[in-house]
Amino acid sequence: VIALEDARAPGSIAGPPSGWDYLADRVFRRLAQAGAWLILLLLAFILWEIGAKAGPGIRDYGLSFLTSTTWDVGREQFGILPAIWGTLYSSILALVIGGFFGVVMAIFLTQDFLPPRLAQVFRTTVELLAAIPSVVYGLWGIFVVVPAIRPLANWLHEVLGWVPFFGTTLSGPGLLPAAVVLAIMILPTVAAVSQDALRLVPYRVKEAAYGMGATRWEAILKVMLPSAATGVFGALVLGFGRALGETMALAMLIGNSNQLTLSLFSPANTLAALLALNFPEAGRRETEVLMYAALVLLAITLVVNVAGEAIMAYASRQVGRK
Amino acid sequence: VNRPGIGLADPDAMNRAAVGVPSLRRSPLEARALRNTLLTLGAWVAAIIAGVPLVSVLYMLIVRGGSRLNWEALTELPPAGFEMGGGFGNAIVGTLVMVGMAALISVPLGVLCAVFLAELGPDKKLANAARFGAKTLTGLPSILAGVFVYAAVVLVTGTYSAPAGGIALAVLMLPTVVLTAEEAMKMVPRITKDAAYGMGCTRSQVIWKVVLPTALPGILTGVMLAVARAAGETAPLLFTALFSSYWLIDGSQVALMAPTASLAVLIYNFSGMPFENQIELAWAASLVLVMIVLIVNVTSRLIGQRKV
Repeated sequence: VIALEDARAPGSIAGPPSGWDYLADRVFRRLAQAGAWLILLLLAFILWEIGAKAGPGIRDYGLSFLTSTTWDVGREQFGILPAIWGTLYSSILALVIGGFFGVVMAIFLTQDFLPPRLAQVFRTTVELLAAIPSVVYGLWGIFVVVPAIRPLANWLHEVLGWVPFFGTTLSGPGLLPAAVVLAIMILPTVAAVSQDALRLVPYRVKEAAYGMGATRWEAILKVMLPSAATGVFGALVLGFGRALGETMALAMLIGNSNQLTLSLFSPANTLAALLALNFPEAGRRETEVLMYAALVLLAITLVVNVAGEAIMAYASRQVGRK
Repeated sequence: VNRPGIGLADPDAMNRAAVGVPSLRRSPLEARALRNTLLTLGAWVAAIIAGVPLVSVLYMLIVRGGSRLNWEALTELPPAGFEMGGGFGNAIVGTLVMVGMAALISVPLGVLCAVFLAELGPDKKLANAARFGAKTLTGLPSILAGVFVYAAVVLVTGTYSAPAGGIALAVLMLPTVVLTAEEAMKMVPRITKDAAYGMGCTRSQVIWKVVLPTALPGILTGVMLAVARAAGETAPLLFTALFSSYWLIDGSQVALMAPTASLAVLIYNFSGMPFENQIELAWAASLVLVMIVLIVNVTSRLIGQRKV
């Protein structure tokens, strides 16, 4: 009782929270809760909005929209098979190139190859690669990558033209330059997430391998990578998800031609590029089918990203158990 | 390394030979040692190759963009087809305005959500769902944020506008702000918070007076990273803000509910034009855009470092 009286003594700043404080506390906590709901509502709203606007397109074109290859606004015939094919093809190519370099980079940065200063230089390089806007990569691709790989591409076509992958010449934009730029753009994602996965492997696991006389690379390839395999796989899936949704670099580099092709040098199309190019000038009917295409892209990326996150969650649980 | 006895021609060595223990001396030409050296070499080569694009992009930006970067380019309006000269002053303003709007929307909402995730109910079902939602939104292709805002805002207001562009960017910034702010708040030591609770603070008082100030550098880092990303986004602006060849603010008139220019869309539009003047401007605009992005990026890193 004495302490309480002291606390309320004139001139003291101490005191229990007032009624206002309790009210403010309640209101603020409700607001924060509303903020958490907001994320979920936003996600639901995005799904609903795109789904609802795609409704007429789905009703009129149904599943044949996914399997048809023509895109003719004049005759109102729409199909996105070439765009789906181009999206998957360019993303897989990018994943092969960018995934390889990304994982090697992650190994390079986590397995004590470099003195700390130099490692910081490479780490910053990878982070800056991620910071460059994709439209700048697109511009760079048009004026640097395409001219740089055109001679090689056309030589390959002349010598090995019978191989389906080299079936056409590279006249300008095409799948390969698009995939190369896409690979550069997913490299930072793959490298960053793989680094986390490799760091999660306890240090003593590597020391045990060294202790048995393994060389550094034997330790990496036979012990570290298998231990971090789930996480590295998750990194690749997340990188794939990024590649699927990437828009600008592809809209500028892939050539936007609706064809089904195996050739690396032929122009092609992707779902995101299709949206970017046709949306601004679309009429009513075309907007509806573009919304349908957006829904397809949303579904594909959602599945891939949720799978990637699930794999990452599983990977960290796995390590936690060890 | 100094391992006494190993590899020396002493009785010890003869003993080992007698019982069949291999020599422990490293022989660099042995197959597995050789493979190790080659793989290390390969990793160096791959790491350097991975750095080539960055060097090349920066080189091109400085050479091609730098040659055209002058006061006129920074302050004039974009040129039409065959016109010479011109610049991208309105696009710089447009980018800054729209990124500013996006930050005004996404930062308060994002931090509020993060407060719930980190402090109020980290293990509640709602928190887990919201965390999952934020991660899913991180993977949302930026073009789909544009499609969504086109349907939800542009079709409703009937016009392309700067607010529509700002909202589209805010959708992309929100998950980054939420997840980084949550991480930052989780780093606040438990004892600091317990001390405040011990003095009789309400939970909101603890959050406002202890958690948020302590986590501020971390939150700012996340916000600035999100801003840097948003400044470079093109796809969500293509059909929300569109493009414009005029000033957003002209004299006393503010054309807020009208198409708005941005650096990113200008680069995209000009890159496909057959005019040398426009292509030069696209490079100069890229240089400005990358400088903005890098400055914000580096600042965020400095803020993040200071807290450690």
